[in-house]
Amino acid sequence: MASKFQRSNRTGWLMAGPAGLLIAGFVILPFFFAFALSFTNQRLISPNPTEFTGLANYRQLLGMAVLTVDPVVDAAGAVVLKDGVPEYPAIRSFTRNNPDYPHLQGMREWTSFTWGDSRTYILARDVVFLTAIVNTFIFVIVVAPVQAGLALGLALLINQRLRGINLFRAIYFMPVVVSIVVVSLLWRFIYDGNSGLLNNLLGAISFGAIPQIDWLGNPSTALGAIIAMSIWQAVGFHMVIWLSGLQTISPTLYEAGAIEGASKWQTFRYITWPGLRNTAVLVLIVITMQAFALFAQIDVMTSGGPLDSTQTIVFQAIERGYGKQDISGGSAISVILFVIVLTISLIQRWLTRERT
Amino acid sequence: MATISADNHGLRLATRYAVLVLIAIVFIFPLVFMLMSSLKPDQQLLQDTASLRAFLPVGDVSLRNYTAAFDRAPVALFIFNSVLVTGVTVVLSLLVCSMAAFAFVFIGWKGRDFLLTVILATLIVPFETIAIPLLLIASKLPWIGMDGLTWGWLNSYHVQIVPFIADGLTIFLFVQYFKDLPGELIEAARVEGATWPQIYRRIVMPLAGPVLATAAILKFLAMYNQYLWPLMVVQQEGYRPVMVGLQYFFQQNVAWGEVMAYLSMITVPVLAFYLYLQRAFIASIASTGVKG
Repeated sequence: MASKFQRSNRTGWLMAGPAGLLIAGFVILPFFFAFALSFTNQRLISPNPTEFTGLANYRQLLGMAVLTVDPVVDAAGAVVLKDGVPEYPAIRSFTRNNPDYPHLQGMREWTSFTWGDSRTYILARDVVFLTAIVNTFIFVIVVAPVQAGLALGLALLINQRLRGINLFRAIYFMPVVVSIVVVSLLWRFIYDGNSGLLNNLLGAISFGAIPQIDWLGNPSTALGAIIAMSIWQAVGFHMVIWLSGLQTISPTLYEAGAIEGASKWQTFRYITWPGLRNTAVLVLIVITMQAFALFAQIDVMTSGGPLDSTQTIVFQAIERGYGKQDISGGSAISVILFVIVLTISLIQRWLTRERT
Repeated sequence: MATISADNHGLRLATRYAVLVLIAIVFIFPLVFMLMSSLKPDQQLLQDTASLRAFLPVGDVSLRNYTAAFDRAPVALFIFNSVLVTGVTVVLSLLVCSMAAFAFVFIGWKGRDFLLTVILATLIVPFETIAIPLLLIASKLPWIGMDGLTWGWLNSYHVQIVPFIADGLTIFLFVQYFKDLPGELIEAARVEGATWPQIYRRIVMPLAGPVLATAAILKFLAMYNQYLWPLMVVQQEGYRPVMVGLQYFFQQNVAWGEVMAYLSMITVPVLAFYLYLQRAFIASIASTGVKG
């Protein structure tokens, strides 16, 4: 580097200073603030002074407990049956003012299952947040491989030598430059339950056999609908990254493959794929990071509903930190999100490391 | 394609194009629907979704929705706000980040490697994880402006600009580019007695065209399409950008034709800009992939 032979502390700091200060103030400071605030009860506007509350926010968000209860028995010791199934004591009797179970105070049922005679409840202090974590993970686990795979397919398709191929590349990339807010609004028309474009298309190709579905209004389809739209919007972005990876592979390798008589699959498996290693790691990490940040689609399309089926971590962070002005609660969620993203990208890096 | 015999070149070519066109339709139809719907009265717009008419400029076609949109909301103000915030941020970002990258690459100074490492480390911090504490910080910061000293940045232009001037990715792009410039050029200039600002302005920046385009396009897209941050920090309509101004159309009974007209107005200029500079846009996204 040229800098080895030219030193000037003053000029260096003067030129890099503005950027350094801005990043320190608007990225690094809020980052550490998030950690600090998550241990307090800070609100955006509050007449009371901020207090240190330790892990209270985290306990509130992540507090869980397992409760196993036996069926209700009558005076004779026989199990009380209600509509042919054993009856269990109400969860309320444990979680509301029960002096024997102080740690369950205020918890709600998240899920439950029956094991033998007894019934096991998984209780959570914040059921909505746990649902948001699960939804976000489902989103990431589906979007990362599907979007990366489709993007690679498109990149291979667009990497052919054909007249007019640049036009197709331009079209496939087009949704990337359109705001996700605009895209989300347009797709509300596509997913509409009454006369949405998707329902009309499905109705037409099945001659009316497929019933009208309210894609965003149905808890079992809403998250899937948002996943499909998100992939549609961003797949062009990763197509371009794959494409630049494809173009770094030396043409002589393909020529050698052709001389050896390699099939299309062999060419991909032994020449293309090994050449895309670094690109694959990058695409996977970028998609994962983007997917964990899922917010605008939710805000525009469903606001977390129906029945919390599209709640996400960032949506919860914003709803609390901004909507309810609970800065400390929102910060705690942000910290949890950062820890998750960091852990996952470290795991991804470790799994995809160069093996020597 | 396996069923088609290999020697039938024409048919194979036709199949390839058919696949390409089919995929193109998947990517383009919502945008065509948006444009066509913006020309139709509400009732017809909703009826047309039942057939291919949704994608054709047929029926009672007019620009009435566009004039109605201007009547309903301060559209021109929203567009002005977005253009101002985006434009100022892009220009300042190019200046501040290229200067920093210049210092990182060409000048030796105490603390340089440490600062660069810290800046690059911020790349793994998603904005969403700092948005809430940043909101608190922005609500308390002082500002000296036309009204003298004021506290709290909410509801202003600068709250939408200043936090986004410097970012790790832009600095990284400039650093990568400057590293590939011939070092002898700078060395020779120093020998001839040129000052650092002169070298920056007269030698390095004139050579930085491609990276300036890349950084400008990425910043432009990020800023113009911003939603979460302005949603939180701008409650007064006077400072609202286009994406947040959209809420205006959902306050009372929604007129979908007007919504479509508004969406078209805020999207088509960007699409036109993209199609005009297509190669530069795609190259700029591709260059973010170099960091692997």
